[in-house]
Amino acid sequence: MVTGTATTMSKDPILKVEHLSMRFGGLMAINDFSFEATRGEITALIGPNGAGKTTVFNCITGFYKPTMGMITMRQKGGKEFLLERLPDFEITKRAKVARTFQNIRLFSGLTVLENLLVAQHNALMRASGYTILGLFGFPAYRKASLASIELAKYWLDKASLTDRADDPAGDLPYGAQRRLEIARAMCTQPELLCLDEPAAGLNPRESLALNTLLRDIRTDTGTSILLIEHDMSVVMEISDHVVVLEYGQKISDGNPQFVQNDPKVIAAYLGVEDDEVDEVIAEVEEVAATVGHGTGSTGERP
Amino acid sequence: MANISSPVSEPHAEPSVMARALKEGFFAGLVSLGLFCLFVGVETYQNINNELVWRMRWGLLAVFVGVAAVGRFVNVAFIRPALDKRKLAKAKSGILDVSEDKGFFHRHFLKIALIALLIYPPVSVMLRGVQGSLLLVDNFGIQILIYVMLAWGLNIVVGLAGLLDLGYVAFYAVGAYSYALLSTHFGLSFWVLLPLAGIFAALWGIVLGFPVLRLRGDYLAIVTLAFGEIIRLVLINWTEVTKGTFGISGIAKASIFGIWSFDVGSPSNFAKSFGLPMSSAYYKIFLFYVILLLCMLTAYVTIRLRRMPIGRAWEALREDEIACRSLGINTVTTKLTAFATGAMFGGFAGSFFAARQGFVSPESFVFIESAVILAIVVLGGMGSLTGIAIAAVVMVGGTELLREMNFLKVVFGPDFTPELYRMLIFGLAMVVVMLFKPRGFVGSRAPSAFLHKAKNVSGSFTKEGHG
Amino acid sequence: MVYFVQQLVNGLTLGSIYGMIAIGYTMVYGIIGMINFAHGDIFMLGSFAALIVFLILTTLFAGIPVVLALLVMMIVAMLLAGLWNWTIERIAYRPLRGSFRLAPLITAIGMSIALSNFIQVVQGPRNKPIPPLVNSNYQVLGISISLKQIVIIVVTAVLLTIFWYIVNKTPLGRAQRATEQDRKMAALLGIDVDRTISITFIMGAALAAVAGTMYLMYYGVAVFTDGFIPGVKAFTAAVLGGIGSLPGAVLGGILIGLIESLWSAYFSIAYKDVATFVILAVVLIFKPTGILGRPEVEKV
Repeated sequence: MVTGTATTMSKDPILKVEHLSMRFGGLMAINDFSFEATRGEITALIGPNGAGKTTVFNCITGFYKPTMGMITMRQKGGKEFLLERLPDFEITKRAKVARTFQNIRLFSGLTVLENLLVAQHNALMRASGYTILGLFGFPAYRKASLASIELAKYWLDKASLTDRADDPAGDLPYGAQRRLEIARAMCTQPELLCLDEPAAGLNPRESLALNTLLRDIRTDTGTSILLIEHDMSVVMEISDHVVVLEYGQKISDGNPQFVQNDPKVIAAYLGVEDDEVDEVIAEVEEVAATVGHGTGSTGERP
Repeated sequence: MANISSPVSEPHAEPSVMARALKEGFFAGLVSLGLFCLFVGVETYQNINNELVWRMRWGLLAVFVGVAAVGRFVNVAFIRPALDKRKLAKAKSGILDVSEDKGFFHRHFLKIALIALLIYPPVSVMLRGVQGSLLLVDNFGIQILIYVMLAWGLNIVVGLAGLLDLGYVAFYAVGAYSYALLSTHFGLSFWVLLPLAGIFAALWGIVLGFPVLRLRGDYLAIVTLAFGEIIRLVLINWTEVTKGTFGISGIAKASIFGIWSFDVGSPSNFAKSFGLPMSSAYYKIFLFYVILLLCMLTAYVTIRLRRMPIGRAWEALREDEIACRSLGINTVTTKLTAFATGAMFGGFAGSFFAARQGFVSPESFVFIESAVILAIVVLGGMGSLTGIAIAAVVMVGGTELLREMNFLKVVFGPDFTPELYRMLIFGLAMVVVMLFKPRGFVGSRAPSAFLHKAKNVSGSFTKEGHG
Repeated sequence: MVYFVQQLVNGLTLGSIYGMIAIGYTMVYGIIGMINFAHGDIFMLGSFAALIVFLILTTLFAGIPVVLALLVMMIVAMLLAGLWNWTIERIAYRPLRGSFRLAPLITAIGMSIALSNFIQVVQGPRNKPIPPLVNSNYQVLGISISLKQIVIIVVTAVLLTIFWYIVNKTPLGRAQRATEQDRKMAALLGIDVDRTISITFIMGAALAAVAGTMYLMYYGVAVFTDGFIPGVKAFTAAVLGGIGSLPGAVLGGILIGLIESLWSAYFSIAYKDVATFVILAVVLIFKPTGILGRPEVEKV
């Protein structure tokens, strides 16, 4: 291991990924990858194209079954779930991990409000006595139904979509669709929210609105966030902790400042040959020394 | 012509349009000559020695080719330019012809339709007399309502959940045979067997659905088709129980909750009890109200379910299955409930069918029935109860009407049997309706919940499922 | 053992016919992703065309050599079926391309109903028997093989070779494969997608027409309902082999032919179709994309 990569051990991890490997035929997409996400923080997973970020997400949310490794989700009450053993829908239902998709997956023919109500499926199913009681109009279901609309309203407001609540989701502009997808995921009331490139394709104003929404989520609901992002301005601005992935392996892990100055990360992003990495490291350290900044070698988060 | 009253004179009818129309008309004639030269131009028939011989039908062939050529010519030369012009005029005027305020009829459509249906049998009796009302009530009323119910049942599977089921008739058969067998062997009454038939069909839906619902799209379609065929073939071949192709006859009639019966010999016969002349029309009128009730039940349940989590999950499943899973929805049970609910209504309709006919045989449950029911769902507009009901009236009523068109014999001679053309026209109508209205009669979708104002979702946003 | 091999030959004959029809399903499905329900009826039309040509030939040119008669029947049937399928694609499918997925399926079902009833109206509802064309039998090691069976198997083998050559070695085949992979990209690269799709329909119909001619020769009878059962079985064959895969269609066809003849021989004729459908369901449950189908990767 190259020096400078610090493995952080957090005190209260919500998600622990240990020795995760994922093989597609002959391709090792993820190779012995471990990291932790701390409760109440925003953790960013970055890396060049094809580094395996989305694959990690798909393993966490159960869409892929990893070849090897352990993914542990620890809820607030201390209840633990081994995500690699749960079917995908139970990861959301029981382990309380919600996700969004890189290429937005909304129910485009349903209205914005309906999208948010579908997300409350499991809570409403229970309240409706698995449909039977609800069919006969029992009051318990009616109450739950009203509550579900209240929750939807709350997130509509947060995502500034209240005006468009009754429009088909497919009719929204791109940025609004991104926000709706996040609002929809939040309606499942998750403890961990996984966002796959939430800022992709957004214009600067939409990007700003997104940052606000994400910060609100963290501060108002205490939901921890794990996000994949290319847009460094988003990553550096809002994340508390950054993990860098390249060719399926972790190359750096620490706070944004640390990662930003990590020569391995710079090399990865600039696309340097392997044997030149050391040169780059030397160069960067030189520059850092002249400017007078430390390289944040401890990697500890504030 | 489509638009005679067009204020604009015809500056566009240049020779080029005419020349093109002539060319295309000629081409169409040529193609149709190729298409029909053997099938229409040559008649094959068996002579006295039972040998197959042939003769030419030049006249008929000429008619076919002529119609194709002239039709194409008229279309290219006149109809299409006129349509284009109208579209252009509309675009220029800038007025969208989507008016928000609907007329009285439009707003109260459902109430009016329901009242019309309720008074339909007495009105038929008044118009045609007791015996004469049979045709109106049975052939049109009941026949159409059975298809409405079947299509509404299949709508849950195809229209809401987006699962392509080509074997729906299997559940109809399960319902019909459950009633036929249990009533002839155990003498159970219609009102006991109706729910039982529904439950049996739903169970079959689960049994058949469980292994195949993992399949996606067209694989599901072929497997459901296969299951439909398997059930039919078993009904044909398991003669000890089903009596094979002979079918089961003498199935007990339904009674008015056991109080009045429609059996001729029974002391509590309906007509006798009320001192009315004997007629089978009373039974049909009673059945009309039964199937109307069943249809209302189907509609009520569908409407209620759409506003409940399970119904929303079905529609979400149609839109995007992966997103559903990411929201913690168990897609397997969701699909199964859709399959079972749809099957249950098929079972209800089946037991009603058996009670109405008094006879069931595998003949009634062929693939073409599944296709017709599916066609009604799609032609109506997937998910729209109103649209589906309209489609059932148009397609089933229209072809039933053809059976009655005896006046055509005057035109085409006494050998003419309009019934022969029934399915031909039905098939062509399916094609034509789809070409003009690919999303069906009602293409938009009513939202299941709203915050400020319920706005229908245009068909261009809804997806049709792929599982 | 002799009995078994005998059934094998019968199954192979039947399977060849199914396989030829199945190719039409699989090609159309591969290229535009629709189930062409009317394909079985195209097969029936081909069979009728061959029948009418046979009648005309035997009355106008009495004493025509059988080989020549068969060849003419086949060629006319191929041309006519191709023309029909081309027309149907133009009228009923092309306008709906790219719209709602179920719309072309419904028009295809409508077309299927219309075609079989059209033949019923213009040619009558009764069975149309023809005298046997070829009826010599050969005994090979105690197995009786009829000339018909040999013709069917040989014709199928020859046509499939030609067909394989077209799809794999010619620019047309390349255009087809490209359109199948990505229609938009193919169009951008200058492939005339509409034309390619039309040709696919014509090719599929031509093969179905040959199957129809063989079917007529084998059973000596044609009837307007002939399209449905062989059509459904051929579609089953295409799915069983893995829809979209050409070798899969042939393999599936042969498998279904074998299942049918062996099941009839050893178990019960009554349940032979049930056996076919059950095996289809079982295969799909364990291998959802058919035997030779490409596994579907779920893109998240």
